[in-house]
Amino acid sequence: MKEKLRSTINKVLPPLAALLLIFLAWYCICAFGSVPKYMLPSPGDVLAAFQKDWQLMLSHARVTLAETFIGLFFGILTGFLMAVIMDKISLVRKMLYPLIVISQTIPTIAIAPLLVIWLGYQMLPKIILIVLVVFFPIAISLLEGFASVDADTVNLMRTMGASDIQIFRYVKLPNSLGQFFSSLKISVSYAVVSAVVSEWIGGTEGLGCYMTRVRKSFSSDKMFAVIILISVLSLLLIWLTHIIQHACMPWDKINQKRRNQ
Amino acid sequence: MHALDIQNVSFSYDGKTNILENLNLTLHEGELICLLGVSGGGKTTLFNVIAGLNRPQTGKVLLGGEDITGQSGKISYMLQKDMLLPFRTVEDNVALPLIIKGMKKKLARQKVGGHFKAFGIDGTQKRYPAELSGGMRQRAALLRTYMFGGSVALLDEPFSALDTLTKSEMHRWYLDVMDEIKLSTIFITHDVDEAILLSDRICLLRGRPGSITDEIVITEPKPRRRDFNLTEEFLQYKKQIISKLQ
Repeated sequence: MKEKLRSTINKVLPPLAALLLIFLAWYCICAFGSVPKYMLPSPGDVLAAFQKDWQLMLSHARVTLAETFIGLFFGILTGFLMAVIMDKISLVRKMLYPLIVISQTIPTIAIAPLLVIWLGYQMLPKIILIVLVVFFPIAISLLEGFASVDADTVNLMRTMGASDIQIFRYVKLPNSLGQFFSSLKISVSYAVVSAVVSEWIGGTEGLGCYMTRVRKSFSSDKMFAVIILISVLSLLLIWLTHIIQHACMPWDKINQKRRNQ
Repeated sequence: MHALDIQNVSFSYDGKTNILENLNLTLHEGELICLLGVSGGGKTTLFNVIAGLNRPQTGKVLLGGEDITGQSGKISYMLQKDMLLPFRTVEDNVALPLIIKGMKKKLARQKVGGHFKAFGIDGTQKRYPAELSGGMRQRAALLRTYMFGGSVALLDEPFSALDTLTKSEMHRWYLDVMDEIKLSTIFITHDVDEAILLSDRICLLRGRPGSITDEIVITEPKPRRRDFNLTEEFLQYKKQIISKLQ
């Protein structure tokens, strides 16, 4: 326990110290420098902006989070189904895999306006954008997880008379959970960013819209505040994913400990 | 009655070079046969044929008289590695053959739970395989093979990955426990001592393509003496086998 505490401190302390130094530098530049406030607000200004606008920000955050969660849900679902089909039917994999990889070179910010033209200013184009962003890492990681299953283990399952569905359920799926969660952590932060970007393009609600408004009025303090809020939301979601991962993979902790020994 | 009959089995992977040719082998009920031969001699291939993973080009595999050629799911098979799934607890690993057959998880756990003591792994039920030693994992894998409930078991070098001390401990345990179960077993090894110590009959799989060239019956009664491997008879068997393998 003591050891664990020490290792946590060892991990947390250095970046925390660096962060403090950055804040200090930022504060000094604002206090003693001649940077105008509309270009670089001081930490105090940002805090004040938070205090003033937090209710408004939270109501916008609710919309952004709703889009994020719905987009994540359908993105994971699409990615999962895609992976299962590509794993099962190798022709489909051969046809789609290269296309999916190439499709990732298209920047999301470029499709966002198109989606708005096609689908309007409501939630739908935003959700679609998140789905497009999320499904790729999920599908690829699951597909790799399914394919990395030990052939001998599959053979052993066959000698026990297991069906394809049973092999999937008892071997392939749990075997790919680790990779799935690693990519989910990436997807979660992508999803938040995509939601914000899609709100820039069009819409009336959400943190992205709020950002556009405060940018137009040169309220840099509010801009900083909302950027920090978005980061915090992403971090919280990643942390939530981490918690879910531990709940879903109780063996992971033990196996990791063994590996470290 | 014969537990298992292998009749005139020939097998090749590419349809040209036979790995096994006209191989015949009969396993009697309750008997333990050791299949002895050099690495790459087709021992594991033969096991895959018997277990139904590979279909032989010619010949038949009969289980208790019933033709099971090319059918998997009939024979208990333990592969070289322990193959315990790292994401299932030991009891859930062991219960897997029952769960696959459609048994409810709770009942399957109950059923396997009764055997943990006899297999010397009591208390590991809720552990994960990574927390167990090599010998314990092997025992768990053996229990899983046993839980499959087939009348015939194939064991592919079950103890080869263990260190010498653990290995001899496992041999003693195997003779005590598994012999009581009277499972008809074919056992692959390339350890001559292990073969003499454990088996009722030793079959030499030799040649390219491989077939059974010799059979040596070990007449030493079971349960075997603790010091059987130090006796003159044991040495005679060993000499006989080594001269035939050369």
